Parts: sequence; C-alpha cells; structure tokens
Amino acid sequence: MILKKVAGVEEALQGVESGMTFMLGGFGLCGIPENAIAQLVELGIENITCISNNAGVDDFGLGLLLQKHQIKKMISSYVGENDEFERQMLSGELEVELTPQGTLAEKCRAAQAGFPAFYTPAGYGTEVSMGKETREFNGKMYVLEEAFKADFSFVKAWKGDEAGNLIFKGTARNFNPCMCGAAKITVAEVEELVPAGELDPNQIHVPGIFVQRIFQGKDYEKRIEQKTVRKRS
Amino acid sequence: MLDKNGIAKRIAKEVKDGYYVNLGIGIPTLVANFVRDDISVEFQSENGVLGMGPFPFEGEEDADIINAGKQTITTLPGASFFDSATSFGMIRGQHVDLTILGAMEVAENGDIANWKIPGKMVKGMGGAMDLVASAENIIVAMMHTNRAGESKLLKKCSLPLTGVGCVTKIVTNLAVIEVTSRGFELKERAPGVSVEEIKAATEGTLIIEGDITEMTI
Repeated sequence: MILKKVAGVEEALQGVESGMTFMLGGFGLCGIPENAIAQLVELGIENITCISNNAGVDDFGLGLLLQKHQIKKMISSYVGENDEFERQMLSGELEVELTPQGTLAEKCRAAQAGFPAFYTPAGYGTEVSMGKETREFNGKMYVLEEAFKADFSFVKAWKGDEAGNLIFKGTARNFNPCMCGAAKITVAEVEELVPAGELDPNQIHVPGIFVQRIFQGKDYEKRIEQKTVRKRS
Repeated sequence: MLDKNGIAKRIAKEVKDGYYVNLGIGIPTLVANFVRDDISVEFQSENGVLGMGPFPFEGEEDADIINAGKQTITTLPGASFFDSATSFGMIRGQHVDLTILGAMEVAENGDIANWKIPGKMVKGMGGAMDLVASAENIIVAMMHTNRAGESKLLKKCSLPLTGVGCVTKIVTNLAVIEVTSRGFELKERAPGVSVEEIKAATEGTLIIEGDITEMTI
C-alpha cells in the first residue's frame, strides 16, 4: 500500500505558489474543497488561475478568494451567482474564460487520461469556437479543444482511505473525479478518512493512483444555495 | 394565451414513454409536474443525476443532492449519480431522448441564443452549448415576445449564439411551432389566440398551411 495520507491542510497544500493554475471540484457550492479554499485564502497567494465550473457566491466558496483579489483568471461555465465576480469582470480586474460545461469536464478528463485534445460539437458556430480548429466527421462539425494543464487539483470526497481511494456522495461528485490526476498534484480532502482496507474495492469511484495527498477535512459547512422543499400533505 | 404552467403542460405532452429527458432552468423545470403518471420517464440533470424526483420535504433536504439549478431535490427508485464527464457523455453521445430549454431568441433556421447579452448579462453558457450541439430532439419553451413586446422568433438571432440549426420545436404562450427547412411552421394556436396575433408576434418567416387547430392541454 502506498500511503497518501498527510497530517492536514497545511501539509496538503505545500508547494502552492502565486501564479499557479488550480483545478477546484464542485458544482455551485456542492462538493467544493472547503478546507483547501480556506487555506488558499490563509496563504494569501496571488495571480492564480482557477479552473472551476462556478465561482462560488459572494461570501463562500471561490468568492472568498475573489474578495481578496487573489484570482487573476477564472475558467468556468457559469458564474451567475456572484456580484463581486461580475464587478471584477466588468471592470477588467478579472480575466474570464467561459467554456461549455461538458467541454470543461472533458478538458479535465483528457488531462487525466493523457489526451492532448479532443473534438466536441459543443460551441460550433458560436464565439466559443472562434480561432479554434474545426473539422467535419460524418457530416457534422466539431471543435478541437485542448486538455487543461494545471499545477494542483483540489477535490473533495465523502470518504477516502489512506491509499487515496475516494468515494463520493450524491451530486457532490460532479467535477471532482474528472479533476483527479488531471494536475501535477491532486489533493483530496474527505469528510471521513479511514485506514486502507476499510473501503470495499468494488465501491471505489476514484482509485488512489490519481491522488497524491489525502487528508481528513474539518468543519464542513456544506452550504445550500437554493433550498427548495415541498409541504407534507 | 398560455401562462408559464400552460406552456409546461403543453410540452409535457411531447414526453413519451421510455424517454430520458433533460430539463433546463425556468419554464422547462415545470414540465416535470405535468408528465402523465402512467408512463415511465427519467429526468437527467447535467450536474450528475438520473432519476430526479420532487423537492424534498422540509427538513429532509441534503446539501449533497441538488439539480443543475442548485435546488435541493430527491431521487426516485432506479436513480443514479455520476461525474460531470459521464453526464455530458450521456448528452454528447445522444443517449438523452429529449432536451427542453429556454431561449432569448430563436431563428427560423433553428439557431438559438440564450446565454449572453453583450455588455449587460454575462453569466455563462453552463451546459446549454453541449446540450443543443448534441441533442436531436430540442424543444424550446419561452414567451413569444420579450418584455419590450419584440418578437423572439426571428429571421436571424441578434445575440451571441448558443448553437446553430438545432431547435426542432418551439412552444410559446401563443403557439406550437416546428422549425423546418422553410422556416417556422405554425402547428397549433394557444386557446383564444388567433393566427393573425401569432403572425404579428413572429418576425421570422411563418408558414401557415391549412386549418391551425387550437391546442388541447
């Protein structure tokens, strides 16, 4: 067994520096690496590029890094829930690259799986395909999209073991598995870290080979963005 | 004339037994409320769930179980969770039978614009570009005109496109329209709406052939 466990978030984020590119898992505020984000704020590094489907809300998630002006560039598919983001983008303080959601996911998976690029129909004929190579296959047009390159991936799982194996819960899975092994170093934080051998190998979503560091996260807030409920009849 | 629920009700009739369906945010989300309960349908949400159920009861909401609109949801028997790459594999690989989404503009050649108003609103395309580029059966749910009273069914879209030549059907508060190689083909009128009213509210080429029946919902 190759041990991936580190003591905590400080050790897990050793080596992060200003100017780096990070992948961050999560969809909205669901399944985001809360501990890693808090530590990035704490470290105060700047000029970072974040690859993340969303940009958090004003006072949570990646919004915390935006508040401190630590982010130079965001690569996302949807950024609609964050006023500070919009202000920084419109004023030109923040560079933004909007990418179709499926393309964003596949650019992560391609990096994980060793593909330099792939063809997708998404965005053909729109401003997303401008300046990109396009090609026809079987009578349909496709756009060539390149795999991401990143220094660190920060992901969050429900359970993990010391060997770096991960299991996710519900839709908190989202971008997290695709980002594992897609950067030079993948840091996984988990709600429950167990000794190797305790997780059923049949149930592992991400094998430990894609994870370099794993730690037991703490104080998860798991904020709900849109609480929608129905009445009991 | 239909209200938002009326549009959703009419679209629900397009949902057939055995369909996997992706519903966009807004009016499309309401469609789930009106699908006949004697057919088997599974709703996909692109953030990673198939087999979506209704909203949870108060106190039973789970931060880890949401839909693409970030709303708390439940799952039904037979549901599954998966990662985003797999989710868009379902969409891009055309395993989803029907996509229902909103639009700001639709052109008579099937182009759609629904993600950006330059200088005003830039929230991002989310999964819309992947959905419209891949699905073969795309129904747009929208009001026939915008708040300023201008037609949303145009000869050519003025806003940045989400996808080209992809919309197959449009259901509005006024009409059911199919997008054909000749333009917008009027199929049904909403209750109490005349063909003339629909014509006046449609900027693109509107093809009217034979008697246009009033829709039943």
